[in-house]
Amino acid sequence: MSPLPTINPVEPFLRAERMPHIWCPGCGIGTTVNCFARALVASKLPLDKVAVVSGIGCTGRVAGYVHLDSFHTTHGRAIPFATGLKLARPDLTVVVYSGDGDLIAIGGNHFIHAARRNVDIKVICVNNFTYGMTGGQVAPTTPVGATATTTPYGCFERPFNLPFLAESSGAVYVARWTAFHVRHIAHSMVEAFQKKGFSFIEILSPCPTLYQRRNKMGDGLDTMHFYKQHSVIKNGANTRDVDINLQGEIIVGKFVDNERPTLQQSMEQQLRQTLRDRYAGWGGV
Amino acid sequence: MPDVPTAPKARKFRGQVFIDWDRCKGCGFCVDFCPPKVLAFSTDYNSHGYHPPFLANEEGCTGCDLCGLYCPDFAIFGVRVPVGGEEPELASAKP
Repeated sequence: MSPLPTINPVEPFLRAERMPHIWCPGCGIGTTVNCFARALVASKLPLDKVAVVSGIGCTGRVAGYVHLDSFHTTHGRAIPFATGLKLARPDLTVVVYSGDGDLIAIGGNHFIHAARRNVDIKVICVNNFTYGMTGGQVAPTTPVGATATTTPYGCFERPFNLPFLAESSGAVYVARWTAFHVRHIAHSMVEAFQKKGFSFIEILSPCPTLYQRRNKMGDGLDTMHFYKQHSVIKNGANTRDVDINLQGEIIVGKFVDNERPTLQQSMEQQLRQTLRDRYAGWGGV
Repeated sequence: MPDVPTAPKARKFRGQVFIDWDRCKGCGFCVDFCPPKVLAFSTDYNSHGYHPPFLANEEGCTGCDLCGLYCPDFAIFGVRVPVGGEEPELASAKP
């Protein structure tokens, strides 16, 4: 009998010298990294053909912790860097791994335009409903009524419904899970890796130090139990109806899975049609 | 404590968990979401002052590696050890 495998299956995907990470006890970001590692194993992608791009924030740290080619970019600009990377190296699987503040707030414009152009990148957005790293300010995903450092009397702005935003902007794959649904997250990531086009996975995650504590929702474990009890899986649900309330039910599932020519394919087709023989070809599709 | 589904003799595998004692931050995800509920918090502290879990019921562990999938600190994972003496298997190879 050969010796037992005493290495954590996620360990080959981590930069061990940077552990322990900075995420708080009860934070769900590490759980999503586990799912990401399992999804990479299951999808059998060659690891030197996978690149991770992150912006700034707690989730933005993922690029620094995973032992893949990774890119820790300026705040909100993870998607532009990833678009450039994908256009220059079409053979890579480019994964944008960032938080809601980075992708949707400061990088919101890049997000909708990357979805509109259908750039072939996989966007994993860990949504903790607040700006975690800067001290719990209100974010464009904070539900109405939630308390944040900048809304001490409760948030009164309507939050973004991220799956609806992604679908209406043109994403071809949209799913939402919570940090509790680990197997579903891994399965969704495998599907997104195999998909051509702008894939978007939103993962709701506890932020026990800032969001949960300020709103008296307990710690990370209590939030995971809340997700377990209050999430309803509705695959194919209309993304208009999947708004998140402060304490209401959370609709999760795979909402959108369709096909559309990617940015590279459209460009190739248009240039070939217009320039005919003068077009030398790009070879990147 | 919920009942253990099958007797150990009838099973092909027994489970085993490995815990990185000093990486744990004591969030409790593994203890609460373990399907057969075989983990418990230890009374000892690790170097950061948290209570890491330990395998309280060795017979009940199935090696499903759900603890490894939940652990945000990459501090725990489970493996299946065949009772017959063949190759050990990582459940996580197929998520």
